[in-house]
Amino acid sequence: MAELTYLQAISDGLRTEMRRDKRVFLIGEDVGVYGGAFKVSLGFQEEFGAWRVIDAPLAETAIVGGCTGAAIMGMRPVAEMQFADFISCGWDQLVTVAAKQRWRAGTPVPMVVRLPSGGGFSGGPFHSQNPESSFAHIPGLKCVCPATPEDAKGLLISAIEDPNPVLYFEHKHLYRRIKGEVPEERYTTPLGKARVHRGGDDVSVITWGAMVYTADEAAQQLGSDGVSVEIVDLRTVMPWDKAAVLESVRKTSKVLVLHEDTRSGGFGGEIAATIAEEAFEDLDAPVKRLAAPDTPVPFSPPLEKAFIPQVEDVVAGLRELAEY
Amino acid sequence: MATDTAVDVVMPQMGVSVSEGTITRWLKQEGEQVEADEPLLEISTDKVDTEVPSPASGTLTQILVQEGETVDVGTKVGQIGGAGLGGSGAAEAPAPAAEPEPAPPTEETPEPATAEAAAEADAASPAETPAPTAAEPSAAPPAAPAPAPSGNGKAFVSPVVARIAGEHGIDPSQVPGTGSGGRVTKKDILAFVESGGAQQQPAPAPAQPETAAAPAPAAPAEAPPPKPPAPAPVAAGETLPGETVEPITAMRRGIAEHMRRSLDTSAHVTSAIEVDFSRIVSVREKLKKEYQAAYGVNPTYLAFVAKASVETLRDYPYVNAEMRGDSIVTRSFVNLGIAVELAEGKGLIVPVLRNAEGLNLLGLARGISEIAAKARSKQLVPDDVQGGTFTITNPGGYGTFHGTPVISQPQSAILGTYALVKRPWVITDESGNDAIAIKPMMNITLTYDHRLVDGALAGRFLRDLRERLEHWESEEG
Repeated sequence: MAELTYLQAISDGLRTEMRRDKRVFLIGEDVGVYGGAFKVSLGFQEEFGAWRVIDAPLAETAIVGGCTGAAIMGMRPVAEMQFADFISCGWDQLVTVAAKQRWRAGTPVPMVVRLPSGGGFSGGPFHSQNPESSFAHIPGLKCVCPATPEDAKGLLISAIEDPNPVLYFEHKHLYRRIKGEVPEERYTTPLGKARVHRGGDDVSVITWGAMVYTADEAAQQLGSDGVSVEIVDLRTVMPWDKAAVLESVRKTSKVLVLHEDTRSGGFGGEIAATIAEEAFEDLDAPVKRLAAPDTPVPFSPPLEKAFIPQVEDVVAGLRELAEY
Repeated sequence: MATDTAVDVVMPQMGVSVSEGTITRWLKQEGEQVEADEPLLEISTDKVDTEVPSPASGTLTQILVQEGETVDVGTKVGQIGGAGLGGSGAAEAPAPAAEPEPAPPTEETPEPATAEAAAEADAASPAETPAPTAAEPSAAPPAAPAPAPSGNGKAFVSPVVARIAGEHGIDPSQVPGTGSGGRVTKKDILAFVESGGAQQQPAPAPAQPETAAAPAPAAPAEAPPPKPPAPAPVAAGETLPGETVEPITAMRRGIAEHMRRSLDTSAHVTSAIEVDFSRIVSVREKLKKEYQAAYGVNPTYLAFVAKASVETLRDYPYVNAEMRGDSIVTRSFVNLGIAVELAEGKGLIVPVLRNAEGLNLLGLARGISEIAAKARSKQLVPDDVQGGTFTITNPGGYGTFHGTPVISQPQSAILGTYALVKRPWVITDESGNDAIAIKPMMNITLTYDHRLVDGALAGRFLRDLRERLEHWESEEG
């Protein structure tokens, strides 16, 4: 075990797979000589060479399209979008081609697109989004949103192993802020299995990504008031671990669905609807959602703070549920 | 102990157009303590039925309007605090102290709180609502304007609380609530269950003991219906144009319950067989005159089928059996149920011929005729409809040639007889030559509980039954 940052754990996972499997290669803007905008692939080109750590032109369509073709031909490409926001240029290749290839032609498309996402550092509207729900809606794509360093490594390896196109949302705000023990050996963390980040009896928070930590802080505050909060970290949004969510709901009967993505059409709506459908008779309060408002992400720090759910927002929401 | 200041409880204005309300329930009795905003009484008006929160904290010193009484909006119906036991007029109630602001209790002057509530309730036409005037300088009674009693008052029962209440037979309104507005939370009801509170509740209606349950719609039509379950509250005024509404009779309710329960209990399977009735037709022709003349009894086809069935049952005890708990109960007797339709489609009843195994054709024909007459003239007594072990139903009277009847619980089978019709039928003579003949044919079905009766067993039963009918042996029956 070593203590790694979330970012180091991603590097570790990628390096592990590139060392193990020659079909794995990395392509993206500035991932080679520069080591990536966030230095995830620092030193990779030296170790693996320019043919496996490819500096691409500023053309996400080409990056995603190239990866799709390479995956169909049997490679295991990993693409890095410099920011998750830029994936929109690759939408057609990803959604029209990669997501449907297996369905149409039977060929697997084992590719990973790494998507540095999320806000909290005044990145503004083009560098702060959390577009997971857009892709969770596309049959044929998987969406992974690790919260911890250990999961970051294990889920990345699972994503690379998976025969389907997998979007790997790595939260930028966690990169260097979050540290944790990460096994040195290779391991996988299964896609579609949630993790109980914190056990509790009174209220459940269903969340993923950076919001796990926001929820955790809120839970600590409420704990001193005698409200026991359970936090379920989905880990992967598609597939999502319905059974784990329903189990927590059956225990606490009160649920807050929390995400950093905007509210309308956010994946929390799907979770809330499923809870209402399948655990109706276990509910002791309305299912509550807490998410960013339906606007682009503001650049101004106070506005961004108002936009992204904060600890005090979560505390207020949980308190409301606890007192309901 | 009473608070110094008396606060009136008045019939609230629930919207401008409502002028009076009826008190349906006082949630507190005189002398009980009440918190401000705690539900105090329930009222019913033209527009809504609702709870009225207490305008103040203190003791409910007086109830002036009793449950069931209707009074105008603004009428004082009770009092919180004050002396209470004094005169009947509320005006005297406040202590002689120099309190400057005893709320004028006259009926003409609306209470400030009331007026505010009214203003809230219908702000669009404030002119109609006397606003609290500046002439009321004193602090309004501590009463907050009556909050619109919507939302999560004590009355709201969340899905999980409803489920737990149902599982334990608890009335949630009896559980002390700690949630918002006094709502009963999951924790509250779980604590209540744990503390044994459930036992103090009236026990849930005991399930009808299966074995004692009368078969099918057991209640004789005339006897008072055996305590029908409380009818589900039917929302009034839901009839659409062209619809006619009639109440469900006790018999229909009994039939409905029994049919549903039977389908939920047994694994219904139906097998059918075609029976050549040539022999029965000719035997019956002869017996008919004789029986009519000698006994006044008509030997119906049903009687023949009944006779053959009772004989066949002897060899197939499971068809005349019952699954009782973990056991299979077979019998040396046949209590034969005969499904009888009452006049004008008023329902169906299954009177029982006891010990049918001891009756010959004449006895069966007479018994069936008598018991059907009793059923139609509503003279059955409970014993006549209980204890059946096997049932025959005859839906063929209108020409139907097949059906899948529902087993009369807790029996394991029901035999159906259908229209007797002439059909071209292939017969083979002794030398093996085939020919088409015109034969009176009847389809007979056996609907059986596949939990107990296997398909092959049912097939053999029907085969033997057909054999008996096609080769009817004794004209004496």
